[in-house]
Amino acid sequence: MGFFSAITRSSFSHGLHPPSHKAETAGIPIKRMPFAPLLIIPLSQHIGAPSRCIVNKGDEVVRGQPIADASAALSVPIHAPATGRIKSIEQVTGARGTMETAILLQVYDASSQQVLWRNPVDPASLSSEQILQAIQDLGLVGLGGAAFPSHFKQRIPDDKMVDTLVINGSECEPYLTCDHRIMLERPEHLIAGIKLAMRATKTRRAIIGIEDNKMDAVNVLQKHLLNEEHISVQAVKTKYPQGSEKMLIKSLLNREVPAGGIPLDIGVVVNNVQTLSSLGQLLPVGEGLIERVITVTGPGIKHPGNYRVPVGTPIGFILQQVGYSGGVNEFILGGPMMGPAVSSLETPITKSCSGLLVLNEPGIQDETRMIWPCIKCGRCVSACPMHLNPAQLGLLASAAEYQQMADDYNLNHCFECGCCSYICPSNIPLVQYFRIAKAINRELAA
Amino acid sequence: MSKKPQVELRTTPHLHAPQDVVVIMRNVVFAILPIAAWSIWLFGLSALMLLVIVTASCLITERLFTMANGQVNTLGDWSAIITGLLLALTLPPAFPLWMGVVAGFIAISMGKVMFGGLGMNIFNPALVGRAFVQAAFPVAITSWTPALFEERFSQFIPSTFTAPFMIPVTLDNWNLQYAVDGFTGATPLGLQKFDGISTPVLDLFVGNSAGSSGETSALIIMCCGLYLAIRNMLDWRIPFYIMLGTLLTAGGFYYINPQQYPEPLFMLFSGGLMLGAWFMATDMVGSPVTPLGVVIYGLFIGFLTVIIRLFGGLSEGVMYAILLANAATPLIDQYTTPKVFGHRKQS
Ligand code: SF4
Ligand code: SF4
Repeated sequence: MGFFSAITRSSFSHGLHPPSHKAETAGIPIKRMPFAPLLIIPLSQHIGAPSRCIVNKGDEVVRGQPIADASAALSVPIHAPATGRIKSIEQVTGARGTMETAILLQVYDASSQQVLWRNPVDPASLSSEQILQAIQDLGLVGLGGAAFPSHFKQRIPDDKMVDTLVINGSECEPYLTCDHRIMLERPEHLIAGIKLAMRATKTRRAIIGIEDNKMDAVNVLQKHLLNEEHISVQAVKTKYPQGSEKMLIKSLLNREVPAGGIPLDIGVVVNNVQTLSSLGQLLPVGEGLIERVITVTGPGIKHPGNYRVPVGTPIGFILQQVGYSGGVNEFILGGPMMGPAVSSLETPITKSCSGLLVLNEPGIQDETRMIWPCIKCGRCVSACPMHLNPAQLGLLASAAEYQQMADDYNLNHCFECGCCSYICPSNIPLVQYFRIAKAINRELAA
Repeated sequence: MSKKPQVELRTTPHLHAPQDVVVIMRNVVFAILPIAAWSIWLFGLSALMLLVIVTASCLITERLFTMANGQVNTLGDWSAIITGLLLALTLPPAFPLWMGVVAGFIAISMGKVMFGGLGMNIFNPALVGRAFVQAAFPVAITSWTPALFEERFSQFIPSTFTAPFMIPVTLDNWNLQYAVDGFTGATPLGLQKFDGISTPVLDLFVGNSAGSSGETSALIIMCCGLYLAIRNMLDWRIPFYIMLGTLLTAGGFYYINPQQYPEPLFMLFSGGLMLGAWFMATDMVGSPVTPLGVVIYGLFIGFLTVIIRLFGGLSEGVMYAILLANAATPLIDQYTTPKVFGHRKQS
């Protein structure tokens, strides 16, 4: 890759370049996190109907055993992340601050890392329909943050045609490096997963899109793909939000998902690398998704790195393990641009959580930060990847013209990437305005 | 855990770009200072006094209005200082101070407060002030004095201390006494337009010619502007397209009749064009927010400036060109709203 290809590297327009902060963790191999004494496993860790609990208080479960099953087509089962006893099934505060039902699992001291319950299949013998079923049985969801059930995503309706499977390895959020490590350490799992997904979706072509700040991952994968005709790796510009499905498709294929549509409408299915790597690892051995790799980092952490964490581990336990200095902090699940800050250290890591970022005093935005009037600098307009006019939307929001925002200024196409708020020199919390406006419009429509 | 954890809850995004309004405005002030220094070097004490008094007038006016309206003190955002400095730099060095106070008051009150303060104004406040005094004091605003006159650091130009509401003394005699040979009390643009005498482009570029205190050196203005552009605090596209628009339009006329029309480079480096292009037209508040809008806005200003200079009654046209373009900005923004991602052209 010469200089020329680096500057002409394909990308979407707009977006921005926040400081990456990836160096702290990108070079550290993935480590395993021990079991917390108590795991908190919410029944709704995915988009769609919550899983249905199939265990009772006091039941003994072994690591890997299903403890909740899919309650609908758009739902997935949940497996026990450790061997132990069900302590209770109760209401807990979830990552987004709402109350939800969770299974509390008291982990046995001697719980082994070995998975004791499995349902192995021979992938070679499966039809695409059977693969979809197997994916659902794993409890697999989009691990990049979307949490959309994977079997549902790979199911192509009869009236649609898919020609390309895109694998999202761009990991554009600052601080996060878990996908990067997965590509470096588990390329064979990823490739196995890609092949399964290609069979499930009946696509002939797969492209792995990786931001060009991870050329080592590009090289590793290219080496592993020497004999693969239909799977290729392509470096894309490092730019936020390259990892958003629509932006990545634009960069790789120069196709635009129609406004209000989904990638399927233009013949593309996008999966995150960790999702497919888990698929390639788990499906052949028939184990459920009971752990995932997350990046634990931020100025408040003594031993930042990437950790393989059992689903349901409370963030307070993780903080003990990685050495946390205390004080005023913000605890963010996922990346700093889109990840929600949580209110309680009891909050568990769920399937779709890609990181735990702890920002302490100097890293947190200064509380007394003044909000000035919009000075019409246009920076938000030049940053918005959806080509909206956040400045105008912001003015309308302060005038409470929520309906006009949606009707005339395409409010609903905003996917809350945060570019506009990040860049605004007047510190206007634009994304927050838009979130409120959308919520009010939803209320009014209902 | 050493300290008790305290959980902060904020909304996304949790990061913010390092530049905020104050950082940007402060740097604009810093970038204007060398231009101000050059004008003091050229015109001496009178230019210095004018800068101080006009800026003070702007600051006091802004504070008085926020106090009267019960609003928070907005002086901390540095924008009133920018207005004051820019306004002073567009005035002739011999401009009576009391008229400078009026200009500053009008700039802030009618140019900014009346619209609702920072961010709400349609026009560049400094230009509003300047346009007002142009109409109110047509003689004083065109009374030019020579640059680099010898006693500039030991004495004021006589008109500087004109008593309020008095007509300033005429400078003709004073000019005769102090001026370098042949000074006629006209700017290069005026000379060119009314007498057909052209000033060497190099003099204009370096800036030792008569004119408003801060508009004479294209070189310094460009350097200061470039500093801001490189630090990403000024939209370089605006001065670029203004200059392009000026060159194209002036070049067109020059091509048709080189005898009658001035050469394009003269147009570019004379009068207030440079200061206007780099520091007035780029005022974020009055310029378009859309990428295409910025291009149209710049070309429009360049074009209008040349037209006004060549065919208007005045020798200078930048000020009105920018004000007109400011007025057109909402319209430009509306027509250049970017197409939403995924809205494909009908094919
Ligand atoms: S948050 Fe919405 S409006 Fe702001 S830049 Fe992202 S998509 Fe555009
Ligand atoms: S970035 Fe902020 S100040 Fe600039 S135009 Fe957008 S909303 Fe206004």
